[in-house]
Amino acid sequence: MKIHEYQAKQLFRRYGIPTPDGDVAFDPAKAREVASGLNRFPVVVKAQIHAGGRGKGGGVKLAGSLGEVTAHAEAIIGMNLVTHQTGAEGKMVRKVLVEAGSEIEKELYLSLVPDRQTACIMIIASRAGGMDIEEVAAKTPDQIIKVQVNPLVGIQPFHCRKLAFGLGLSGSLAKDLSQMVTRLYQLFVENDCSLVEINPLVITKDQRLLALDAKMDFDDNAMFRHKDIAALRDLDEEDPLDVEASKYNLNYIKLDGNVGNMVNGAGLAMAVMDTIKLAGAEPANFLDVGGGATAEMVENGFKIILSDPNVKGILINIFGGILRCDVFASGVVEAARKTAVTVPVIVRMEGTNVEAGRKILAESGLKLFTATDMKSAGDMVAEVIR
Amino acid sequence: MSIFVNKDTRLIVSGITGREGQFHTRQCAAYGTKVVGGVTPGKGGTLMDDIPVFNGVREAKEKTHANCTMIFVPPPFAADAIMEAVDAEIELIVAITEGIPVLDMMRVKHILKGSGSRLIGPNCPGIISPGQAKIGIMPGHIHKPGGPIGVVSRSGTLTYEVVFQLTGQGIGQTTCIGIGGDPVNGTNFIDCLTAFQNDPDTKGIVMVGEIGGNAEEDAAEFIRSNVTKPVIGFIAGVSAPPGRRMGHAGAIISGGSGTASAKIAALKSAGVHVCENLGLMGELCRDVFNGLFDNPV
Repeated sequence: MKIHEYQAKQLFRRYGIPTPDGDVAFDPAKAREVASGLNRFPVVVKAQIHAGGRGKGGGVKLAGSLGEVTAHAEAIIGMNLVTHQTGAEGKMVRKVLVEAGSEIEKELYLSLVPDRQTACIMIIASRAGGMDIEEVAAKTPDQIIKVQVNPLVGIQPFHCRKLAFGLGLSGSLAKDLSQMVTRLYQLFVENDCSLVEINPLVITKDQRLLALDAKMDFDDNAMFRHKDIAALRDLDEEDPLDVEASKYNLNYIKLDGNVGNMVNGAGLAMAVMDTIKLAGAEPANFLDVGGGATAEMVENGFKIILSDPNVKGILINIFGGILRCDVFASGVVEAARKTAVTVPVIVRMEGTNVEAGRKILAESGLKLFTATDMKSAGDMVAEVIR
Repeated sequence: MSIFVNKDTRLIVSGITGREGQFHTRQCAAYGTKVVGGVTPGKGGTLMDDIPVFNGVREAKEKTHANCTMIFVPPPFAADAIMEAVDAEIELIVAITEGIPVLDMMRVKHILKGSGSRLIGPNCPGIISPGQAKIGIMPGHIHKPGGPIGVVSRSGTLTYEVVFQLTGQGIGQTTCIGIGGDPVNGTNFIDCLTAFQNDPDTKGIVMVGEIGGNAEEDAAEFIRSNVTKPVIGFIAGVSAPPGRRMGHAGAIISGGSGTASAKIAALKSAGVHVCENLGLMGELCRDVFNGLFDNPV
């Protein structure tokens, strides 16, 4: 689960990690109020969306007066911001972060991520701040410093020294970095983060460290023990169909293709998407109804797939294990009766109680195409879109 | 033969009195697995069907001589249940639970190191040696006993599909293992490939991977220099967009790594027969493995 920069900076402050003074504003009047409270210029007005590259897209502006703050806030709030991470359709900006500008001497990079291979928390730092870190890693890997922290042991002073010296810091800046890294580690583990990234982390002209940007992502599976973090979720930043699906406990992701699909199990769902692609079509979604799907979940899944106007056909593939085929077939029939299905539906079922399930579909009077195996399912998709 | 579990495996179930735990305990017992006990804190001394329930894993192990546990404990308590099983020195821990926080699993992973326990999962369908023991939630009837193929996979229902096609071609299995779809798990591809390579009854291997991480690339490197038996590979997620988590917590393409095409290329370069169309998996297995049978199909 992602949060906004302004929310991440609020968490940073709670852990004593230095950030520029500032606050969020949902309208130009509030932006002006925040700026006048800062009592100094320049002031930065930053669009708050869940995507990077905001500056290049025109979502970050410097203001030298209260009038300019208002003007920038008016221009940014309500704009459709297109960056390399939003896709061509862009994202609507609903709020801005108004904060004090900083006199920057140097830009650094710092991030924390879980490393799946070593089961350690990896801290990554670089002198090449403000740039795309993946590009830095690919072109100049010697510019990247990494330390692995065993979660049973926790962060130690030697980890911090390695980072500070690697960044070329000494004296009080090295000490400040050690303290900052230690606090970021605490923030990371206490809140089940899956990413904390500061890019750039700046050294100011008066030799202070400051988190100029802040990006945080959290482990969805751990949100049960962080109600305060879960409350930071911003539904406006997610696809409305994704939000609708999450209400019904469906694992749905909207994609750009023309063949909808509904599958039980994530691996099989991906394989079915691949089958659709092999058939010459493109998957319109990923939808895993899970092992314990009920007739109601199947019905809601159907509705969500059909509300995507690009869908020209639907492929349903169920391998009945825990989920019995007869239960599933009843759900499909129920859903198809309640929803006006105008596109061809191909059903492939196998596994527990498959005969009973096929009988239910055959006797339903619905116009369903039944595929006996994966291969024929793919062939039918190719035929349907032709 | 088989790997990790066989007819002598003695199973206890952690979370045996829960709805899922009860249902799958019965399914495993009906398949022929020796289910010797269960654990639910606070319900020690009671029975689930005829199976004795204990308060803790160590007590259950002492009373029943169990060497394997299957974990059906809900996500907030699952890491604790795994650690309790490690502490009780259970040889094989099969964690079915989906949705355990990554940080919990990272700690578990370090506790497993240096212990005598093997963990399969979490977020997995479990492990089955057809005709001998089923420890997990997979439908038993789609499997065919007697080998000669070993199956290892990161997925659940996708594995059932692959096994179903194998059985459909008359090809049996020694052992089928789901290692789970989480980013941090116990037993990995290389552990299973090693065991299959060393198992005299396993003549060929099917490996099912998916996008995210580089477990398949590591496995490919291992196969190149250590596996002499024929391997068929399948990678799910060729059509998955980058940056989105495809259901499984571990299935995400990030920063250009973890893509299906990179994994397929790595497997091919290691001499693995890669199946590019799931619908043709059975036929490919027949073609590649045909020479391995005493009675070719």
